[in-house]
Amino acid sequence: MTKLTPVLSAHWDEKDSFTIEGYKRHGGYTASAKALAMDPDAIIQLVKDSGLRGRGGAGFPTGMKWGFIPQGDNREHYLVVNADESEPGTCKDTPLLMANPHVLIEGCIIACHAIRAKHAFIYIRGEVTHVVRRVNQAIEDAYKAGLLGNGIDVVLHIGAGAYICGEETALLDSLEGFRGQPRLRPPFPAIAGLYARPTVVNNVESIASVPAIIANGAEWYQSMGTEKSKGATLYSLSGHVNNPGQFEAPLGITLREILELSGGIRTGHTLKFWTPGGSSTPLFTAEHLDVPLDYEGVSAAGSLLGTKALQIFDETTCVVRAVLRWTEFYKHESCGKCTPCREGTWWLVQLLRDLEAGKGTEADLAKLLDLCDNIMGRSFCALGDGATSPITSSIKYFRDEYIAHITHGGCPFDPVASTLFAGAGA
Amino acid sequence: MTTEVVDMITVVVDGFEVSVPKGTLVIRAAEQLGIQIPRFCDHPLLEPVGACRQCLVDIEINGRAFPKPQASCTIPVEPGMIVKTQLTSPVAEKAQRGVMELLLINHPLDCPVCDKGGECPLQNQAMSNGQGETRFEGVKRTFQKPINISSQVLLDRERCVLCARCTRFSEQIASDPFITLNERGALQQVGIYENKPFESYFSGNTVQICPVGALTGAAYRFRARPFDLVSTPSACEHCASGCDMRTDVRRGKTLRRLAGDDATVNEEWNCDKGRWAFKYVTSVDRLTTPLVRNSAGELVAASWPEALAAAAKGLKAAKAAVLVGGRATYEDAYGYSKFARIALGTNDIDFRSRLSSNEEREFLAARVVGSTTTYVDIDRADHVLLVGFEPEEESPIVFLRINKQVRKRALKVTAIATKLSIGVEKLKGEFVKVAPGAEAGAIASQSLSAKSVILVGERAAESAGVLSAVAALADSSNAKIAWIPRRAGERGALEAGAIGNLLPGGRPVTDASARVDIGALWGVDSLPSAEGKSAEEIYAAVNAGEIGALLVGGVDPLDGDNSQGALAALDKAFVVSLEIASSAVTQRADVVLPVAAITEKSGSFLNWEGRPRAFDTAVQDSLNRSDLRILSMIAEEMGATVNLATVTSAVKEIASLGKWDGARVSMSKVSASAQPAVSGDQFILTSWRRLLDLGTLQQGEENLAGTARATVAVISPKRAGALGVVDGDKLKISTSLGSVTLNALVEDIHDDALWAPRNSRGSQLLVNLGVAHGAVVSVVKV
Repeated sequence: MTKLTPVLSAHWDEKDSFTIEGYKRHGGYTASAKALAMDPDAIIQLVKDSGLRGRGGAGFPTGMKWGFIPQGDNREHYLVVNADESEPGTCKDTPLLMANPHVLIEGCIIACHAIRAKHAFIYIRGEVTHVVRRVNQAIEDAYKAGLLGNGIDVVLHIGAGAYICGEETALLDSLEGFRGQPRLRPPFPAIAGLYARPTVVNNVESIASVPAIIANGAEWYQSMGTEKSKGATLYSLSGHVNNPGQFEAPLGITLREILELSGGIRTGHTLKFWTPGGSSTPLFTAEHLDVPLDYEGVSAAGSLLGTKALQIFDETTCVVRAVLRWTEFYKHESCGKCTPCREGTWWLVQLLRDLEAGKGTEADLAKLLDLCDNIMGRSFCALGDGATSPITSSIKYFRDEYIAHITHGGCPFDPVASTLFAGAGA
Repeated sequence: MTTEVVDMITVVVDGFEVSVPKGTLVIRAAEQLGIQIPRFCDHPLLEPVGACRQCLVDIEINGRAFPKPQASCTIPVEPGMIVKTQLTSPVAEKAQRGVMELLLINHPLDCPVCDKGGECPLQNQAMSNGQGETRFEGVKRTFQKPINISSQVLLDRERCVLCARCTRFSEQIASDPFITLNERGALQQVGIYENKPFESYFSGNTVQICPVGALTGAAYRFRARPFDLVSTPSACEHCASGCDMRTDVRRGKTLRRLAGDDATVNEEWNCDKGRWAFKYVTSVDRLTTPLVRNSAGELVAASWPEALAAAAKGLKAAKAAVLVGGRATYEDAYGYSKFARIALGTNDIDFRSRLSSNEEREFLAARVVGSTTTYVDIDRADHVLLVGFEPEEESPIVFLRINKQVRKRALKVTAIATKLSIGVEKLKGEFVKVAPGAEAGAIASQSLSAKSVILVGERAAESAGVLSAVAALADSSNAKIAWIPRRAGERGALEAGAIGNLLPGGRPVTDASARVDIGALWGVDSLPSAEGKSAEEIYAAVNAGEIGALLVGGVDPLDGDNSQGALAALDKAFVVSLEIASSAVTQRADVVLPVAAITEKSGSFLNWEGRPRAFDTAVQDSLNRSDLRILSMIAEEMGATVNLATVTSAVKEIASLGKWDGARVSMSKVSASAQPAVSGDQFILTSWRRLLDLGTLQQGEENLAGTARATVAVISPKRAGALGVVDGDKLKISTSLGSVTLNALVEDIHDDALWAPRNSRGSQLLVNLGVAHGAVVSVVKV
């Protein structure tokens, strides 16, 4: 049985975990001091050796990304931290930054030193004002403590509420003051990113994982996780569970184990479907309870590890309704740049609304799948791909339920049954 | 000639090999084989964006296939690349059909009433690469329609496929980023800024490259269906850039003009004036019949024989001179040139109906006639020096060409000017600020190389010594000179010898062998040998009683230095006027002969490069004759043989001229005049014409006029402070002749100078003040 391995979340239960004192009490900022004394290339090598992979969803090896930055080119380099956590279900960076903003700042110092950048920009979603205040305070405290401002500066930039700005190149456009839309690649950010300068864009959790790797070494980090997915990570459990929250465990843990460790499905109910990594990763069902939640394991089972946002839905949930809600989100958030995503999500919502209202036909299901086929892999960025995942996967596992809507002339579920206030009475 | 070595890459498209230069995009490599991949956002002159996803194809490189179809408009060819388009890949075919279906779900089916219907890339490609029936049964996106994004351009947002061609053009080509995409998802739309109107001189190109009917021109909207139009290749008559154009005519009336496709000149662009100023041809003032002044002093309609006889009689009766405007075609100018020498026996001819000088005339004969500087020299230049020339206002395609190099490789641009213009700012040019009249002094200190190009405008003639300094700089640096007049016909008129010191082909009139050359061609024994008078001298000679008759073609007497003197001369002399419409000249003429407008005849212009820009007759059934034909008829009536009955005959005769390899006119050095000292309420006036102004050929074009730049008087911050003037204050600017009152604008301009537009609404300087550049004016805040 895999155990929880709190590293990032080790001290979140302390009252002052978010303060610089609280952070320093447990050895905070010793890793950056150690790193600043190291050769930048040695840090990159160490991070490569640790096996740390991007925690924003794609799982690209972090050290390798850093290594792409051309060295000795006499140009400004930038570190950009993607804190625009906006995916439905994804909720790891927000609590991490609330509980321990300094670990990100320390990670920024180390990463900047490694890639020879003088500036780090943290791009945070604008809706989380409480987190913005907390990170701002942490940055201010780090400056006061002389940890920042000595050759490395950190700027917090607040997004204006667009999901697309979590896409790294749209984020860069937004950061530059333009409307956020993904950029054509190449050039990749490592060559021409922010202000056309070599730029590393990393997720909050990726950067926050670095101080512990510096402090404890690559071997320590490698000791956790699976063959190709090293280390520990935050699994965000939400939905129909008794005890939702962040569970930090080695990569490769299964949902069954996490549910056991956390307190299980909503009492009296059974698991119906779940997302392994947020709404844009294909759905899993109870048959996937033992899939190892690492990059390879989830892929092999037909989904993506994504952001490890485990949204749990029990048997009271109408999958058509859930998928419609997600699709409405993607339609709302499609940036409009490319045709498949812009027009496709517009159409998907209309088809799904009809299906949910019992106005669809079985032919509409075929049309829906064909439409998804015309969007998936045809869009400019991954937003369009993500929009199709819940639809195709839900039809794969719950085709009968879609048909039931058609034959029943509407949704056969009681929508109240899936709510927290179910059974509370009128 | 330098040859550029280009790496070629061989790729396979649909089983066929093709070799293309390195960097070529897949979509264009396919074009080389005649394989048309459907596309919307792709445009060969805009940077790739990959937004519409219509051009998806399957690609593998050295056996490694991309896992999903790729946008062929964004991927350059690579060695070992195998491309499968819709023709050979079922996956690509389905992807394209899917994207097409998606593009159409929110696109209205209003093709029957859409201006683009019949020539619409969306319509055409929906037929070629789409499916007949849509599967979409839902609710389409709708918008209020149309909204005008300028007085010229209307936007129907529901038709827009969001390809961003218009916004990319405005940003990347025109450097006028006044339109942008707003909102997101399917509600994304083209928008303008709240406080910055879409005032771009190039906005019409967005209408032309719009692949659907989303952007339409206000002047053409709902006027015609493309299949009712007869299109004729034409050349633009508005300036010396030399744009290739297309004129679309329905039932004898021009309904629209489009930019033609000429990679060497205008690429695929033109300016809004060239596109949208053509109603003058059908204006109510058009002359339709000859007029002869009767004994009571009234102009009355007359028959052609009557009018020709009257013209011949009057021109024979007195010493006569010829004034031909800068808008004559090359062939017509040649006709005037020949007519002056043969029928009138004089070299008193001048095409420069504008501010000019004898220094300029020498410069044109010594440096410009026959010169071969071209757009390619701008493309390759290490430094472009602008002297008396505002490219954006005075030759917009030259501006675009410089801008292209500025954007591409940060071409260095220096402007010697009195005021920093919007255009030079966009070119990121170095602004060498001089007082009006002091331009010459700033030229010598420029360091240029043999790869540099000096672009000299016609306004260089307005300050003494400037052209001498330009010639000296070119000699010392080996830089190339290009003279870029505003009007389309001036270079042709120069080559045709419609000027007092030159015969056709740059032959000096004072050179005996040159006269023998031309005399032999024309079949005459002798040609006048003395240098002729300039336009200004001709008017003066009329007023002094030395010249008694004038043949005037397409001249506005108010364009010159001494407009009062010009009008007096026209009143005094016997005037034969060849004109398209009623004017200050026809009103004073004794014989008025209507001539064909540009669309009613064939011919050519020589653009600033000297490149022939030939055009065909667009309106076939006009009864109007070209100037050339009428001149031949007058000559016949006078007993002389001009013998140029058709444009073709002139073209042939010009072609048989041969090259002149004799001596050129040499240029005597002219020094700059002393600068007047100004103080207090005195300023030295400086001005230029804006692209969109009160020009005769823009009359009646209200939509076009709506995007003209505001009429302002510009003074420097220092002088504004001294006078207590802030932006928007009214300034009354006066000379002894009159005054204009304009809104003040405080900008980067020489402290001695006041700039105002030369011929804009409320500011017609030559008419209102009698001066335009270098003269002292007094200014008061009112």
